[in-house]
Amino acid sequence: MSALLLLVALPLAFALSALATSSERARPWLIPIAALCQVPLLAAIGSSGPSAEGNGWLGLDPLGTLLLAYLTLFFLCCACYAPAYLRLRAERPNRLFCTMMLVFFSMMNLFGISQHVGLMWVAIEATTLSTGPLLYFNHNPRSIEATWKYLLIGSVGIALALLGTFFLGYSALHAGLESSLVFRDVIAHAASLSRPWLRAAVVLLFIGYGTKMGLAPMHTWKPDAYGEAPGLVGAILAGGVTSCAFVGVLRFYGIAVAAGDAGFARELLLAFGLFSMAVGGVFMVRQRDYKRMLAYSSVEHMGILVLGASIGGAGLFGSLLHMLNNGFTKGVMFLSAANIHRHFGSRSIDSVQGALRALPASATLFLFGFFAVTGAPPFGPFLSEFTILRAAVADGRIAVGVAFLALLLLVFIGMGATVLAVVQGDAPEREPARARERFAQVAPIVVLLALVLLLGLWVPARLEAALWSAAHFIEGAR
Amino acid sequence: VAEGLNLLLVIFLLLNFWMLGTSRLRAVIHCAGAQGLLLGAAYLLMHATSGPRAIALGVAVAAIKGVLIPRILIGALRGQPIRREAEPFISFTVSLLLGALATGLAVLFARTLPLIETDAGALLVPTSLATVLTGFIVLTTRRKALTQVVGYLTLENGIFIFGLTLIEAMPFLVEAGILLDVLVAVFVMGVVVEHIVAEFSSLGGDELTELRE
Repeated sequence: MSALLLLVALPLAFALSALATSSERARPWLIPIAALCQVPLLAAIGSSGPSAEGNGWLGLDPLGTLLLAYLTLFFLCCACYAPAYLRLRAERPNRLFCTMMLVFFSMMNLFGISQHVGLMWVAIEATTLSTGPLLYFNHNPRSIEATWKYLLIGSVGIALALLGTFFLGYSALHAGLESSLVFRDVIAHAASLSRPWLRAAVVLLFIGYGTKMGLAPMHTWKPDAYGEAPGLVGAILAGGVTSCAFVGVLRFYGIAVAAGDAGFARELLLAFGLFSMAVGGVFMVRQRDYKRMLAYSSVEHMGILVLGASIGGAGLFGSLLHMLNNGFTKGVMFLSAANIHRHFGSRSIDSVQGALRALPASATLFLFGFFAVTGAPPFGPFLSEFTILRAAVADGRIAVGVAFLALLLLVFIGMGATVLAVVQGDAPEREPARARERFAQVAPIVVLLALVLLLGLWVPARLEAALWSAAHFIEGAR
Repeated sequence: VAEGLNLLLVIFLLLNFWMLGTSRLRAVIHCAGAQGLLLGAAYLLMHATSGPRAIALGVAVAAIKGVLIPRILIGALRGQPIRREAEPFISFTVSLLLGALATGLAVLFARTLPLIETDAGALLVPTSLATVLTGFIVLTTRRKALTQVVGYLTLENGIFIFGLTLIEAMPFLVEAGILLDVLVAVFVMGVVVEHIVAEFSSLGGDELTELRE
């Protein structure tokens, strides 16, 4: 079997063994083991250079390499949190949860190595369906409602992406081209694609993959899904699925650029970006539920990602860097919020106060995560947001830069009130039997926070080169 | 062939309006199912000569979208006290008007998209877009989980009409779309609707209103 297919097959094999394992205690450990196994595999593939297999349907280009390297690291951190979390929730069977988590991991890998528009679409569809059961972990009326919205809105987005894919195929047919939808071929022939069909396709694909990203106004599933999902699932949705969908958007942006229609695609992305940041910011103000607050923060950051991409060049570089920063930061926020939620048994700031006293480590991480996510130095998001801002100003788009800053400020104020309410104050008296912090519940978050801090202080030369080569790959300056 | 196709597409459009105007859940499901059958017929009509793969695709579309999924939905309806859509967010008259507006817009927009000359049936693209929009209207304005599913199916039917143009050149894409259908049928309808029924003990949608700002 080829090395690339192994990336998909390995987690699937672990999923099957999770399905077959009968011990509730042992099963969750398969998740971190699967994640750990991927590290040497990916390193081996990465060192053998770019590759293409199966008529060019599978392959690793610079963008896919960046995505997979990031996802592997991110998923590893989240996976290490899983056994401790599932042990806290020992009252619920975890067979389906573990299996679906591993299937989801496999499908994210498939997404990363897809070089065909249709195959990539199948992968994003599979991630949606495999996360459905994860959202429904708590089996109560609220979680079924959230799952229902997530699946329905996600399916509509995916269906629109399918229509966009059809349109893209038709634009190639109309131009009388060899009807291959491998990205490399589409980009090579992009200039001769039928322009009206291509534009319609790009709009639909942006809406479709944008729904999976959670860009406003297609974000309405997000607060419910992130609010009701276990914190671990929230983390992998906010850091994993949305990053995959963003890479999908970037691939179609690349096709538009190659077709000489960059201006149109950029205007679309800019509109989505500013609107998402505004929606995220407005709904974060006076938000009383700290998990829903994180969902709106995710909407905002998806806006930042596409806004950076709409500037192009250094903005796109900053946006790719922000993809990593956002993912790691969301990991910190969601997992520490999960610890707080477990302890207090509530998501409302009306009853959650004084987390710093009750859970010193988790609440400190939550607070640091808040500073990171709102773009305070010296954390990573500050650097990437500053890169995007500088690119906007250097490009002469002062109005965009001002709006960007104003919205970031709005978010800082809105989010700050909620976060401070959670961590400060006196902890209500509790019976000592409540969930306490364990090492395994805190250590993965510390690692994630360390990554966020590291990316803010120092971007390694290899990473910088990888980011630039991905950015150049998208915009065709190869 | 072109005349036969146009006839099918006109019936398709009429079914859209019927779906928008009726309040009976059973009728709405049957509309979507009939569209599925028409879709299968159209696939066979246009591609019967292009080999076993295309024929198998047409039969599969008719079987899944025309028979299997409607049966699942009717089955979900059985044993439920509800037969009609409980007051939708907008009245049936307004949704009919919206449907007419959407169809008009679809025709206008389709004019801006150049067709390959050999593609018979000028109605193909407008019908496809109009059906997608109709599905969207049903999806967003009805309260019942079941009707929302039917809206989604209609939206998909519209997409598959457009798929007619691509079967020969890119069969993989259309087949992948069918896969989506099967999976959504199993996951969303089979599993989730059952859980909704269990949790709310009546076919939800209306009851799914706890989560909001």
